[in-house]
Amino acid sequence: MTEVTLSNVVKKYGRHQAVHGIDLAIADGEFVVLVGPSGCGKSTTLRMIAGLEAITGGEVSIGGRVVNDLPPRERNISMVFQNYALYPHMTVAENLGFSLKIAKRPEAEIERSVAEAAAILGLDELMERKPAELSGGQRQRVAMGRAIVRQPDVFLFDEPLSNLDAKLRTQMRVEIKKLHQKVGNTIIYVTHDQVEAMTLADRIVLMRDGYIVQVGTPLDLFNQPVDTFVATFIGSPPMNLLAGEVSAPDRITLGEGLAVPVPASARGGLRVGQKVQFGFRADNLMPVGHAVEEAGQKAQLRLTVTLTEPLGTETLLFTEIAGTEVQAKMLNPRPVTPGETFDFELMLDKCHIFDAASGNAIRS
Amino acid sequence: MDRNLAHRNRRRALKVAHFLTLFVVMSIICIPGLWIVLNSFRPTVEIMAKPPVWTPSFTLEHYRAMFGGAGEGGVPVFSYFRNSLIVSVVSTAIAILIGMSGGYAFARYRFRGKAGWFVGLMLFRAVPGVALSLPLFIVFARLGIIDTHFGLILAYVAMNVPFTIWLTDGFFRQIPKELHEAAEIDGCTRWQAFWKVEFPVARSGIASAAIFAFLTSWNEFALASQLTRSVGSKTMPVGLLDFTAEFTINWGGMCALAVLMIVPALILTFIVQKHLIAGLTFGGVKG
Repeated sequence: MTEVTLSNVVKKYGRHQAVHGIDLAIADGEFVVLVGPSGCGKSTTLRMIAGLEAITGGEVSIGGRVVNDLPPRERNISMVFQNYALYPHMTVAENLGFSLKIAKRPEAEIERSVAEAAAILGLDELMERKPAELSGGQRQRVAMGRAIVRQPDVFLFDEPLSNLDAKLRTQMRVEIKKLHQKVGNTIIYVTHDQVEAMTLADRIVLMRDGYIVQVGTPLDLFNQPVDTFVATFIGSPPMNLLAGEVSAPDRITLGEGLAVPVPASARGGLRVGQKVQFGFRADNLMPVGHAVEEAGQKAQLRLTVTLTEPLGTETLLFTEIAGTEVQAKMLNPRPVTPGETFDFELMLDKCHIFDAASGNAIRS
Repeated sequence: MDRNLAHRNRRRALKVAHFLTLFVVMSIICIPGLWIVLNSFRPTVEIMAKPPVWTPSFTLEHYRAMFGGAGEGGVPVFSYFRNSLIVSVVSTAIAILIGMSGGYAFARYRFRGKAGWFVGLMLFRAVPGVALSLPLFIVFARLGIIDTHFGLILAYVAMNVPFTIWLTDGFFRQIPKELHEAAEIDGCTRWQAFWKVEFPVARSGIASAAIFAFLTSWNEFALASQLTRSVGSKTMPVGLLDFTAEFTINWGGMCALAVLMIVPALILTFIVQKHLIAGLTFGGVKG
């Protein structure tokens, strides 16, 4: 059983505080992704779990054992680095077996473990090569192999895919997920890419400026963002946000002569005159006849398309509501010329209301 | 069409000029060395001849005399060679150990006054060794370490450490810190991580620093001529002075000893040049 617990963990560099007392409990075998923009403290947090950064305050425990003062080698973890950090003077086989060699395991056992890891990752052909003779994807795979061989309690990944090209990244993403299904260890994974976070995570921890903003399953964060930051960070394209004002208990005015009914989900938390941000995803604004057939409260808007991005199964339509550019989606697309006008359906039940001042979601 | 032709001609002209310049510069560097070797195999009459004799001739007369008895113009070559070897090897080894530790510290750790220390070390390099020879002489004389291997080694270590720190700092800086972090996670102590990962990766850099330190000690004359007196401690460059008498200079003998000095340095450089050129082996991490 290897759960990882962070309680009130703080990191300070001199006067600058990088991590502000975060609490997080990670269950055994869980795949947790720390995500956020650069400088949000996600890598620092991971490095504190690894023991590569000293912990300024609070407590980190792995498998019920407080590890604050243990060096990395005694934490029984593996880490995959962004730049792979393979030992350039060793062959692939030596790289894989290094940790076992340090632990002075018998030669036969090292060979067997290395062969097993190599088989899992398809490295058999490359065993005698040096890292310099490998491609980016192969190096990444060796780095993962090196992590597996140790049979650690916890895998730590620090932006492992960001040096790969787009195609390889998608491929390796799948491999990491398969690896997790196969070995079942606890994984803590850091990335700045929300797509990686969504696709890989059992649970996402979204961080900003050294604080945890929201923790939850990918769908939690997608469907119930706690604030505008989460709403625009998670999901692609980001959520559309329109400035508005509560004009009546059940009405929000978005601009001149444009008002929409308040979604049922937010009705209780609003007061008249409150400035709000009205949020909805592109999926919830679709032209009539090219939309998902779904029951629910809808508003009809007549909008002019300014730009299109055809994606094959769907087309992104750029348009304007009350002077703000928003993105809409068109299913079963047909060619659209900029300037064309459509009747759009806005799925009110799927819309979000945020307080304009604090950015926090308003739900009743 | 014309412009293409003009461009091509200009490039050709540049290339020729390039080679000519290179040839002249290399000649200036190489011909004196070649002349030393040629002279060492030449009878004294030919060395002194005016105009110079260009056709190489061959006699081992100077070498025979040099290794011969004191009365026949011999010098204690073996003692000088041994002194040079001891002083250079030991001072290089110490300078590399200290320099490597220092370079690693500068590359990896943050500490108070780091930039100041570094500049200070580099400034130390700016002081010409000869300027220190008199104070050194006085201090060493008082301490009673004049005319000893120890004294010379001490002086050379002081001379070489700043340079090796500067060189190894550069090499360690090029090794990403993730390498030792990965090693530490893989079960190494900080010390093991250095010796098993960072040191082997920086090996070629450290080898080149060692070569520079060795050659500096091996060829150094100014300080050695002040700090050594007797056969027991004189190094080969100082030994060259044995060939100068009050009114004459035995050029042939001097050249022969110089050749004996050059050969080991040359061999060593050839052995290590693979490392000097190879630089660091990258690929373990993505640049």
